[in-house]
Amino acid sequence: MATDILMPALSPTMEQGKLAKWLKKEGDPVKAGDILAEIETDKATMEVEAVDEGVLAKILVADGTDNVAVNTPIAVLAEEGEDPKGVQAGGKPNGKGEGEGEKGQKAPAPDMQAEGQAERPAPAAKTDDDKPVEKPASPAVITNRGQDPAMAEIPEGTEMVTQTVREALRDAMAEEMRRDDNVFVMGEEVAEYQGAYKITQGLLQEFGAKRVVDTPITEHGFAGVGVGAAFTGLKPIVEFMTFNFAMQAIDQIINSAAKTLYMSGGQLGCPIVFRGPNGAAARVAAQHSHDYAAWYSNVPGLKVVMPYTASDAKGLLKSAIRDPNPVIFLENEILYGQSFPVPKLDDFTVPIGKAKVHREGKDVTIVSFGIGMTYALKAAHELAEAGISAEVIDLRTIRPMDSETVVESVKKTGRCVTVEEGFPQSGVGAEIAARLMVDAFDYLDAPVLRITGKDVPMPYAANLEKLALPNVAEVIEAAKAVCYR
Amino acid sequence: MDAAKEARRGSDKTREKAAPPPSASNVPAFSRDEDLHAYREMLLIRRFEEKAGQLYGMGLIGGFCHLYIGQEAVVIGVQMASKDGDQVITGYRDHGHMLACGMEPKGVMAELTGRKGGYSRGKGGSMHMFSREKNFYGGHGIVGAQVSLGTGIGFANKYRDDGAVSLTYMGDGAANQGQVYESFNMAQLWKLPVVYVIENNRYAMGTSVSRASAQTDFSKRGVSFGIPGEQVDGMDVRAVREAATRAIAHARDGEGPYILEMQTYRYRGHSMSDPAKYRTKDEVARMREESDPIEQVRKRLLGPHKVAEDEIKAVDAKVREIVNESAEFATSDPEPDPSELWTDILL
Repeated sequence: MATDILMPALSPTMEQGKLAKWLKKEGDPVKAGDILAEIETDKATMEVEAVDEGVLAKILVADGTDNVAVNTPIAVLAEEGEDPKGVQAGGKPNGKGEGEGEKGQKAPAPDMQAEGQAERPAPAAKTDDDKPVEKPASPAVITNRGQDPAMAEIPEGTEMVTQTVREALRDAMAEEMRRDDNVFVMGEEVAEYQGAYKITQGLLQEFGAKRVVDTPITEHGFAGVGVGAAFTGLKPIVEFMTFNFAMQAIDQIINSAAKTLYMSGGQLGCPIVFRGPNGAAARVAAQHSHDYAAWYSNVPGLKVVMPYTASDAKGLLKSAIRDPNPVIFLENEILYGQSFPVPKLDDFTVPIGKAKVHREGKDVTIVSFGIGMTYALKAAHELAEAGISAEVIDLRTIRPMDSETVVESVKKTGRCVTVEEGFPQSGVGAEIAARLMVDAFDYLDAPVLRITGKDVPMPYAANLEKLALPNVAEVIEAAKAVCYR
Repeated sequence: MDAAKEARRGSDKTREKAAPPPSASNVPAFSRDEDLHAYREMLLIRRFEEKAGQLYGMGLIGGFCHLYIGQEAVVIGVQMASKDGDQVITGYRDHGHMLACGMEPKGVMAELTGRKGGYSRGKGGSMHMFSREKNFYGGHGIVGAQVSLGTGIGFANKYRDDGAVSLTYMGDGAANQGQVYESFNMAQLWKLPVVYVIENNRYAMGTSVSRASAQTDFSKRGVSFGIPGEQVDGMDVRAVREAATRAIAHARDGEGPYILEMQTYRYRGHSMSDPAKYRTKDEVARMREESDPIEQVRKRLLGPHKVAEDEIKAVDAKVREIVNESAEFATSDPEPDPSELWTDILL
């Protein structure tokens, strides 16, 4: 019986890719281990290997096709003796022929896949301008219209270019490295590999090995090397492959980078950026899923930034690199591949410490940051359909926290829901709730509710992982509850 | 076996195992001026530390206070081999390093007493003082952290191609921290200009080297990375300068890092509240009598260099005066203004 060959996932977060090239043609015999095709994502190029023997009966997705969703049938394999011409797509999917990884994660049950993605919503958009763009292949040109609060910082009429968060981060680093010879980037796989998540793509080629430094796998050591270099006035960007690994280095981040200015009576500043993906990606379990926003935000001497859009990622990273203080710059693997309009300006920066009203509303304030914004915006969209007007605030910087913007909004709405993927106890939502109780007590018409990741280590199983993360329904329910609806 | 006996046993083992100091016979002699310089510098540290101990006893210095008495030849010998522009970074037994770098005794002592005129305006204390002007990068309270930081200073020197060498000190205790080896690896991989000075004073707090270290020859700690190292008689300032000259030249010439194990001894406790149960009084007394770094120089001054006793007494008096002035300043200077609580958190 014929089997479908499915588009493989090359990483836990890959949702689509480009079918770059077929190496076999219809009618070719195929043995297990043969390379069938090459697949490209923005992160990597991988070969698709055959798992079963047979004849490549039909190619369903042609060379050069972009944005092929994971698990789409791309070809049909006929069994030996079977008439290749008679086979149809829709045979038993074998889900095999993947480039790498375990098969279990390649072929999730269809309902899980669909729901899982609904729960981690593709970023919802209120207007065309802040909508993540689905097809990043050819940069669309949008012009900022000015009236959208999410675009308020960008001069009216500015041309907007569609970019992924990944590209925006890379451009931010490249621009700052061109501007200042003291800026360099170091970390694991940042140079020759072009970045584990391709954030440093092309930097080695432009700036050379002196300024784009591959380190050994030695977080504690290279974080300390970065801090020592920063004490002398260099401006290192230290990339952690994930902030989970920065736990090895947290002593240097906190005891050396954050405290030395104070302990030296103002003599020894530390102009350094620690950046990398933070929080849960997909199916990587507890040791690779921790959100450290609340942890670092507890420490005087640090600034903590966690952008959502590509535009903020770029503008804030540029500000972080210029900042004379240590900045923790928390990115998100899921957001890397998402596209947003980014202003086409020679030198676009976003101030650290300033929240943004991403969507205006009058009934309830939803405060979030980073990937939490995806739940907040989707919930706001659905709440609007239910007749509740939610104002969504993107904190963008966790420390110093712009409580003024939050308080101003709550004075208007009288209600607040916070959304984050981190744990509930001593979380960012807890901090916001405490500040509102002091600074907006007389304006609150309901208790502040927190939607957070569940108080458990992140599980691996798909269903449990979904339960552990916040979801849109919880945000909607909380918003309705504080509105007594 | 009770803890005290255990500790003594460890201490005995150390004594048995401790390598005899390398022979001084082939150490180049110091000129009269060099010996006079070394004498004055080491004596300043000695008297300063004695005064700090006294002020601590009077309750004028708080918290932790780690004295450098006995180890003076190490930092003075290395400084005599270094050039302007070379940086120094160390752990928490740091008063001697600061004085050797030319920092003002008044400012150091006032930091110990937590006063406004201290190098960190009273916000750092004994273990956390810095002077960008004098290229002194601290003063770090986390054991071993300064080793990665000092490696980063070496990285910056190479990045700027400015010819400076990072002189990165640690104790025998810090030498067992993991990040030390992460740093050794990177320093050799990238040929960074760093000299790692391991001050082996035989005890990490109260744990003797032999009870904590599988490899007690610290000069070999870089072997797996191909970093050259040597053991040095850290009580003889001439031997220290000689070895440091070699090590610094190696680093400055782009050959990468170098490890110097300075075999030294601290006379006082680890900090001020040290029960000293881990070693015998005899052991301490014998080191003071036979190997004191200052006394060695003094004998040469009075003997071969034929310096008049009066001249030495004048140096002693001058040093005492400086130290007394620093103590006077540190006890009369006001505490920091309450507004200082909120400054220097961010730039």
